[in-house]
Amino acid sequence: MREKKPALIVTFATTAAAMEAESFCLARQLPGRIIPVPREITAGCGLAWKAPPEAEAQLTDALREAGLAWSAMQVLEV
Amino acid sequence: MIYLDNAATTLHKPPQVIDAVVRAMTAMGNAARGAHGGALEASRAVYAARVKLAKLFGCPRPDHVVFTANSTEALNLAISGILRPGDHAVTTDCEHNSVLRPLYRLEEERGVTLGIVPADRLGRVDYGAFERLVGPQTRAVVCTHASNLTGNVLDLARIGEIAHRQGALLVVDASQTAGAIPIDMEAMHIDVLCFTGHKGLMGPQGTGGLCIRPGVEIAPWKVGGSGVHSYDRHQPQEYPTRLEAGTLNSHGIAGLSAALDFISEVGVTAIEEKECALMDRFYRAVSATEGVTVYGDFSQARRSAIVTLNIRDYDSAAVSDELSESYGIATRPGAHCAPRMHEALGTTDRGAVRFSFSWFNTEDEVDAAIRAVRELAEG
Repeated sequence: MREKKPALIVTFATTAAAMEAESFCLARQLPGRIIPVPREITAGCGLAWKAPPEAEAQLTDALREAGLAWSAMQVLEV
Repeated sequence: MIYLDNAATTLHKPPQVIDAVVRAMTAMGNAARGAHGGALEASRAVYAARVKLAKLFGCPRPDHVVFTANSTEALNLAISGILRPGDHAVTTDCEHNSVLRPLYRLEEERGVTLGIVPADRLGRVDYGAFERLVGPQTRAVVCTHASNLTGNVLDLARIGEIAHRQGALLVVDASQTAGAIPIDMEAMHIDVLCFTGHKGLMGPQGTGGLCIRPGVEIAPWKVGGSGVHSYDRHQPQEYPTRLEAGTLNSHGIAGLSAALDFISEVGVTAIEEKECALMDRFYRAVSATEGVTVYGDFSQARRSAIVTLNIRDYDSAAVSDELSESYGIATRPGAHCAPRMHEALGTTDRGAVRFSFSWFNTEDEVDAAIRAVRELAEG
C-alpha cells in the first residue's frame, strides 16, 4: 500500500454532485481528483474529491462561488 | 423499407449514437460504483447526459434529471410519487395508457379522484374544461404535450398557468415531442417533464427519464443500491439518487448523450421544420384523396409530425399490413394505447393507420407513401 499522507477530502451527497464538482474543478484547473470515499469519513461508499491540503481555501472559495454543494471537507491521512 | 413509424421509435439513428454505445460497452464500468477508470467514465458520461438534457429542456439543475428505462417508467414514478390518498388529479382524453393506467390504478388503490378534460372529434381539448376541473383540491394536472394518435399539440403554457393558479403541479408526457419540438420547462410552467430517449431524441431504447423542477417532491417507489450511504436503511433523499435505485443503463445513456449532441448541432427548430414539412406534404396529398379520412387538427400552427388515417371502411391492420407487404412501408395500425382518444375520434372499432415522420425521412419516401395510399383508396 502507498504511504499515507495528509489530503483534503471533499464528499458529496450524490454521485451526480461529485461529477458536477469534478467537471467544475477540471474546467477551472483546480487541483485534485476523484477517489472512493475513505472509511474515515464513511464506511459506506461513494465518491470524494482528493486534493492537497493547502488547496482548501482555493477549493472552498471556488465551489462556493459556483454555488456547488458538498457534504464535508476535511484533511485526513489517506 | 420506408420507415414511417417514428412515433413508435426512430429506427434510423445518427451514426455517432451507435458508435457511442459500442464504445461504452467496451470501456464503461458501473456508474456511481467505485472510482476506477471504467466506473468514472460511466459516471462522467451519465452526468454529461444530465447536463445536456437539462439544457435542452430548461431544467434548472442537472441533478434534477433522473434516468429511467422509458417515459412509461418516468410517468409511473411521477404519478405514484406525487399523488397521495384522496388527492384529485386532472388529465385529458388525449392520453396514452402510460398516463391513464397509473391514474386509474391510483383511483382504485388510493382513492384518487380524476377529472378528465374531453376532446372533440378533431382531438382538440376543451381548455375551458381545465378551468372548470382544476381547483384548489387538485394536486396535479397530468397531460401529454402531443397526442401520439393525432399529433395535436396541447398548449402547455396555458394549461400550466391554470394549474399553478390553483396550486397544482403540471406533469407532462413529452414522449412524442422531446427532441422534435422545443420545450422550455419554465416558460411552459412544467413541474415534471417525462421523456423517452428512443423517439425524437434519437437515442437507444431503454433510455428515458424525468426532469424535476427544484422543490417538487416525488416519493420513490423503488429503493435499493445507490452507490452512496450503503449503511443507511433508507434510500438517499437527494435527487437524482432518490429515484435511481439500481444500475443505470449507462451504455444506452452514452448513446443518448451522443444523440443529444447531434440534436444540438442540427437544432430542434430545424428538426421540427423538416419533419413538419414532410408531414404537410403527405397530409395535403392524402387528405385530398377520395376515400381517405384523416384524424386530428391540421389547422394548428405547431404539431407533432403525425398523420393518422383510415382508408374507406378497411381494417387499419389490413391496410398497414398491405403497406408493409406490397409497398415496403412501415406504419402502425390499431388502437395505439390511447383508448379515450379513439373514443373521441370514433375509431374504436377499427383503429387507425399512423404515419409518423423523422429527420431521416425524405420527400421521395413521402411521395412513395402518398402513391401507396392513393392506390389502396382506389380499391
